[in-house]
Amino acid sequence: MNFAELNRLRPDLAFIAHWIAPNSNVLDVGCGDGVMLDYLQTDKACNGYGIEISDELVLSCAQRGVQVIQQDMEQGLGLFDDRAFETVLCLSSLQMMKNVEGLLTDIARVGREAIVSFPNFAYWPHRVALLRGHMPVSKSLPYEWYDTPNLRCATIGDFTELANSVGLEVLECVALHEGRQVKVLPNLRGSLAVFRLRGKT
Amino acid sequence: MSSAGIVTPETHLFAEPLLLQSGASIGGYTLMYETYGKLNATKSNAVLICHALNASHHVAGVAADDPANLGWWDNMIGPGKPLDTNHFFVIGINNLGSCFGSTGPMHTNPATGKPYGADFPVVTVEDWVNAQARLADVLGITQFAAVMGGSLGGMQAMSWSMMYPERLRHCVVIASTAKLSAQNIAFNDVARQAIVSDPDFHGGDFYAHNVVPKSGLRVARMVGHITYLSNDDMAEKFGRDLKSDDYQFGFGVDFEIESYLRYQGDKFSSYFDANTYLLITKALDYFDPARKFDGDLTKSLAMTTARFLVISFTTDWRFSPERSREIVHALLSNKRKVTYAEIDAPHGHDAFLLDDARYMNLVRSYFERIKEERV
Repeated sequence: MNFAELNRLRPDLAFIAHWIAPNSNVLDVGCGDGVMLDYLQTDKACNGYGIEISDELVLSCAQRGVQVIQQDMEQGLGLFDDRAFETVLCLSSLQMMKNVEGLLTDIARVGREAIVSFPNFAYWPHRVALLRGHMPVSKSLPYEWYDTPNLRCATIGDFTELANSVGLEVLECVALHEGRQVKVLPNLRGSLAVFRLRGKT
Repeated sequence: MSSAGIVTPETHLFAEPLLLQSGASIGGYTLMYETYGKLNATKSNAVLICHALNASHHVAGVAADDPANLGWWDNMIGPGKPLDTNHFFVIGINNLGSCFGSTGPMHTNPATGKPYGADFPVVTVEDWVNAQARLADVLGITQFAAVMGGSLGGMQAMSWSMMYPERLRHCVVIASTAKLSAQNIAFNDVARQAIVSDPDFHGGDFYAHNVVPKSGLRVARMVGHITYLSNDDMAEKFGRDLKSDDYQFGFGVDFEIESYLRYQGDKFSSYFDANTYLLITKALDYFDPARKFDGDLTKSLAMTTARFLVISFTTDWRFSPERSREIVHALLSNKRKVTYAEIDAPHGHDAFLLDDARYMNLVRSYFERIKEERV
């Protein structure tokens, strides 16, 4: 998979891919269909594994030739050694976790750097929905309140605090909308929060 | 009708003795094998299938001499099947000590002119792999595209990756373990004790007495069979269903599960060899590649170069997913390429032999990728 293809399928992942050094070892926690690892393997000569629980998505990974470990992320990353990866990705999945703090701590343990993304609850259409008295339903939060897999709602401001408390230092924090960086009023105009983090030494 | 069609086994006689792990050696032995598909010009499309406790070289297709005898992994292997013999050249080998054609305890010991019986040397998983490697030499295969097996077969596949790392590109380990637990060994020993305490066993030399320790084998199989099924599966299939309307207030067959297990035991004891059962369960017990590395499985897998596909089944309590995760953990620590799937199937250990779309599709996709590899 080349960059143009990734950019067409998942512009948010294409933006994030710039942060990952060629030839690095990558763990993608909640890797979905494996599209990111597929790209990183073929275009950036990275080595890596994905973690995924869904049978269907595990199969997609295998079809792409992505090494995938089927497990529930809630079980943590016990299969992986300390500092085993240059970069650990956790993209658009952290908000689905019950044990967010535990997983983030484990991410800090197995990776030198981490990239975490999640839907920004403070994105302005979400605020408008709440002002109107309804839970937000948008492209980035496409579920009704009663059937959403997203257990956690966070804003860009909230996440920084948690990251610090589990021993991660924020290197960069950007807000994206449709794969493009939002520089003006990011916590208001960005639908996806992306953090680049490093373990504090 | 099976898509692999009618197959006829082949044999190869190995004149040169094979030195075994025990220090003993066996000479003048024969291995029986079957092949499916065609070996390509570069000899790069061969896949070796390693069998488990009660299986054989007859992996796919129907036996030429018995149309009812379908290969034990026929749902997995054949033209258009997950392991597609239109592309891959698949080999099933019967292991030494077995009772399905390769040299075993029922065959004549050239040293005595009588059946080996109790004198058949104890063989290990590693010994089998050495014997298989010799057959690969005979067939001119220097490197397998994959070595694959379930349960005890998975142990052989793993051993290949450690003993002959350059001779396989992929290692497929299904419903297996890197070592038996105390509970696993305990079940095996109950089975062995059932056999050796049968008066018809005659210390392993029952052939001379023209008898078979049937009741021992039967109990051995009943015990073993319990460990192949999940509690849920048994509950669903049999529950507490009775054979007749009411309790019989005796010690005959009251419950369906009793009837089923006895039937399985009877069937098994009519074709399986008692000495083979002892040998194979010992090979299972002894398997522990980490043993020479102070119990460190990661170190024992350090020499491997193959890519791995590891699959477990959630309801398998014989070799549970936890056992597979130990293998995966050791491979990850060695930074080996590995894909691991945990299939939520209800059928316990036996699930590796059964059809499950998630399982079959995953194996199919994995071999599709192997097919695309440039060697």
